Amino acid sequence: MNWIAIGSITDIPPRGARCVETPQGKIAVFRTTDDQVFAIDDHCPHKGGPLSQGIVHGAAVTCPLHNWVISLETGKALGADEGLVRTIPVKVEGERLFIALEALASKAA
Amino acid sequence: MTEKLVIIGNGMAPGRMLEHLLEAAPDRYAVTIFNAEPRVNYDRIMLSPVLSGEKAFEEIVIHGDGWYIKHGITLYKGHRIVAIDREAKTVTSDHGVTESYDRLVIATGSVPFIIPVPGKDLPGVLTYRDLDDVNAMLLAAQSRAKAVVIGGGLLGLEAAAGLKERGMDVTVLHVMPTLMERQLDPAAGYLLQKAVEARGIKIMTKANTKAIFGNGKVEGVELMDGTIIPATLVVMAVGIRPSIGLAKEAGLEVNRGIVVDDRMRTSDPAIMALGECAEVGGHVYGLVAPLYEMARVAAAGLANSEERRFVHSDTPTKLKVTGIDLYSLGDFADGEDREEIILRDASAGIYKRVVLQDNRIIGTVLFGETADGAWFNDLKKKATDISEMRDTLIFGQAFQGGVSSDPLAAVAALADDAEICGCNGVCKGKITGAITTKGLTGLDDVRAHTKASASCGSCTGLVEQLLRLTLGEAYNPAAVQPMCGCTSLGHDDVRRLIKAKGLKTIPAVMQELEWKTSCGCAKCRPALNYYLVCDWPDQYADDYQSRFINERVHANIQKDGTYSVVPRMWGGVTSAGELRAIADVVDKFEIPMVKVTGGQRIDMLGIRKEDLPAVWADLGRAGFVSGHAYAKGLRTVKTCVGTDWCRFGTQDSTGLGIRIEKFMWGSWTPAKVKMAVSGCPRNCAEATCKDVGVVCVDSGYEIHFAGAAGLDIKGTEVLGLVKTEDEALEVIVALVQMYREQARYLERIYKWAKRIGTAEIKRQILDDADKRKAYYERFVFSQKFAQVDPWSERVSGKDKHEFRPMASVGFAEAAE
Ligand code: SRM
Ligand SMILES: Cc1cc2nc3c(=O)[nH]c(=O)nc-3n(C[C@H](O)[C@H](O)[C@H](O)COP(=O)(O)OP(=O)(O)OC[C@H]3O[C@@H](n4cnc5c(N)ncnc54)[C@H](O)[C@@H]3O)c2cc1C
Ligand code: SF4
Ligand code: FES
Repeated sequence: MNWIAIGSITDIPPRGARCVETPQGKIAVFRTTDDQVFAIDDHCPHKGGPLSQGIVHGAAVTCPLHNWVISLETGKALGADEGLVRTIPVKVEGERLFIALEALASKAA
Repeated sequence: MTEKLVIIGNGMAPGRMLEHLLEAAPDRYAVTIFNAEPRVNYDRIMLSPVLSGEKAFEEIVIHGDGWYIKHGITLYKGHRIVAIDREAKTVTSDHGVTESYDRLVIATGSVPFIIPVPGKDLPGVLTYRDLDDVNAMLLAAQSRAKAVVIGGGLLGLEAAAGLKERGMDVTVLHVMPTLMERQLDPAAGYLLQKAVEARGIKIMTKANTKAIFGNGKVEGVELMDGTIIPATLVVMAVGIRPSIGLAKEAGLEVNRGIVVDDRMRTSDPAIMALGECAEVGGHVYGLVAPLYEMARVAAAGLANSEERRFVHSDTPTKLKVTGIDLYSLGDFADGEDREEIILRDASAGIYKRVVLQDNRIIGTVLFGETADGAWFNDLKKKATDISEMRDTLIFGQAFQGGVSSDPLAAVAALADDAEICGCNGVCKGKITGAITTKGLTGLDDVRAHTKASASCGSCTGLVEQLLRLTLGEAYNPAAVQPMCGCTSLGHDDVRRLIKAKGLKTIPAVMQELEWKTSCGCAKCRPALNYYLVCDWPDQYADDYQSRFINERVHANIQKDGTYSVVPRMWGGVTSAGELRAIADVVDKFEIPMVKVTGGQRIDMLGIRKEDLPAVWADLGRAGFVSGHAYAKGLRTVKTCVGTDWCRFGTQDSTGLGIRIEKFMWGSWTPAKVKMAVSGCPRNCAEATCKDVGVVCVDSGYEIHFAGAAGLDIKGTEVLGLVKTEDEALEVIVALVQMYREQARYLERIYKWAKRIGTAEIKRQILDDADKRKAYYERFVFSQKFAQVDPWSERVSGKDKHEFRPMASVGFAEAAE
């Protein structure tokens, strides 16, 4: 896997998110209360709302536009809604964070 | 082509008919309604609780304005139809609107009968039929003076009880020897009289009114026997007459009512009639149950969907005076071929009488204990032979067939087709069926889905028993609505415990109050954050991760993920300098849309998040601060031009508005707070639909509150009149602080006020000077920490991370 460094876990507020710009669009990187880190596309499966701007609770985020709740672990919409957003592998080494962008890696090769 | 359906009258009968019609044939007609009353369709039955103060008018609205919009129905409020042209197929209103129809429905209801005595037209003589009558009575009741109600029937007694409740000294005059003689036998009438008198209402029977007298307004009533009863208010409730004038002039066949067949068709095939104005099979009606049946029949006819026919049935009468239980049904005159069974329990004030003919019930009167009404009604309707249970019949259902006297068991024993809700003709099976198939959990659900207990409400107890029976332990009517799935506590408990236990952080609240989730959810966290900000302004550190994005970045998110920026324009006043600065910002950042808002200021829409700090920096240089257009906090104070310019202005409304806004901006509140100050009662700043409003008058400042103009529309209530600007500011600040401390998160002022009562708010804010001062001081203290411009904070670097991506990756590789 091609791990790309994106910064430090301390760059993200607990129960918050930051964006990473990529050629494939924005990726939202989340940090939970217990310092787990997740990355998903910053694009709500409902109407494309920016998930990075939502409220983070447990391992889920509530979309700021119409309150869909998305699981950070699976990318699936929880509750009565149905939808899926792409999840991106994350690696934490000490404080340093890496994400894996498969498609990019193969393009680069 | 859609046919045109025109309806004259917007009362309970046509309202119900439209519901059925929209269900059966939603797009068949273009519907236009003309209503002489200047309002939407409401539950007329519930006017008595409005009069007595148990309910507010908004609670009895059946179809709000939104309903008509949603269904594309045109409603002309305050238009009385004065002519029907059957040749041209048009109707014309008193305001000159003419509308053509393919099908016409006449539902003009009834008019109160006015006894033709001298003085009947004096000011202060009212009838009891619509909201205007209730409002007039409430106004009169403020005097706490003497009232006379003429008529000891259902309406008269409800009016008397309401006026008494409002503090008037009430006398009821009834021409017959006993009360409600048409529905009650003399024994029950006597018990009723005692019960009414026990509440301090005087009753005079065999009282024949000779004249109403007064000089310019009512001063009293004179009886035939010469007795004089002083009064400043006289309510005539002696009966109703179907309103048939319009139909008669149009040449339709009329008798007591507009004559219709059992499919509600008048003598003109294009015209139907229903409601109290209609006469079918020789009967006219004055209770809603048969009118609702007419509504079903008429809707079926209009939809051509089924051949439904109207069948006469007796409707039980119940008196809606809290604390007096009375039920009467059918025929109970004495007669050769009739037998009766009577139960009297003088000490308990109970009287029951069942009238039988050929071993079948034909009439029932219950006083003091009415729980078995539905059961007797069922036996009567089915003409059940009661010989077998004759000895125990009068003791009620609980004593039959060994069933225990548990009320739940009694309801359980009812047959599925037993009628529970008389008004809406809903039987037991329909209710239990809806509870199970639709997963209903509470009374409101049942009302919404089946209409049971949604009209006069007297079967509410039975419906609750059915809920308990069907849902078992799962039904808990007293249960508070929990804040969200993370806790079983409601908002009020959480607010109370935060204070009582001195909880000062979100984790502390969650720990101490045993939250079920690790860190809450998007519903409870913003609420908790607000409660803590409000309760510990100097100690609590605002948790931005618990704020909705708009409040976190101090701009409104748009559907494409860009933001809008609305700077404050104090009191709606701006200047060339400010406008130039806005124009420059718009050019520099290529802002795609600039719009004047409904709140008297300017909105710049479509700004990229990254640009926000730079936009604010430029605006800040011109003196702008955040307009909090995103906040559950103080939004705008709209003003009009006032004494400075306007020829009608009585006070400096612009100045006061600016003063209030400068004093209160930055404060967080449970839901948004919008205000306005108008310079005179012409009210150009629309102060009477705001959360808080001021209407300036010559003698000072009239403070209004609890208005709404968004999802709901509601005029404000008057808090009181104060003489100076300083007093106005103090009262307003204290009111808002009380709201900040007590309301539930997301509850606008009008909802909070309804929940805790305007009287209580007046008492604390206007009457109790110490309380008012204390609220005021607490607000001022909290402003020390709140009144910080969030934009300039961010321009100087706070929360920088919010406005910049964390990293930019992959671009180089992709380019290779
Ligand atoms: C900009 C503006 C429309 C306009 O172009 O004129 C507007 C725009 C929005 N309104 Fe409004 N309302 C605007 C005046 C009003 C008014 C009229 C007024 O304030 O005089 C009302 C009726 C009065 C009232 O508040 O009750 C109004 C009743 C609402 C409601 C219904 C609130 C309610 O409780 O009934 C919402 C929904 C909500 O708050 O949940 C809402 C929500 C919104 C939101 C925030 C929708 C959202 O959640 O994103 C819109 C934000 C657009 C943006 O980014 O700027 N807006 N909105 C007005 C801003 C006024 C200002 O200067 O601050
Ligand atoms: C205080 C009170 C308590 C009551 N309590 C009960 C109760 O407990 N149980 C019960 O079953 N019933 C009760 N009723 C009776 C019940 O409210 C009526 O039977 C029912 O409202 C009649 O409905 P309707 O549609 O026929 O007429 P209404 O509801 O009277 O509506 C008629 C409407 O037509 C309008 N109108 C009339 N003429 C014209 C015209 N020419 N052009 C345009 N519009 C016109 C009127 O302004 C009115 O709004 C009570 C009534 C009152 C007043
Ligand atoms: S009415 Fe208000 S909330 Fe609705 S679209 Fe317009 S601005 Fe948005
Ligand atoms: S776009 Fe996310 S909920 Fe609608």
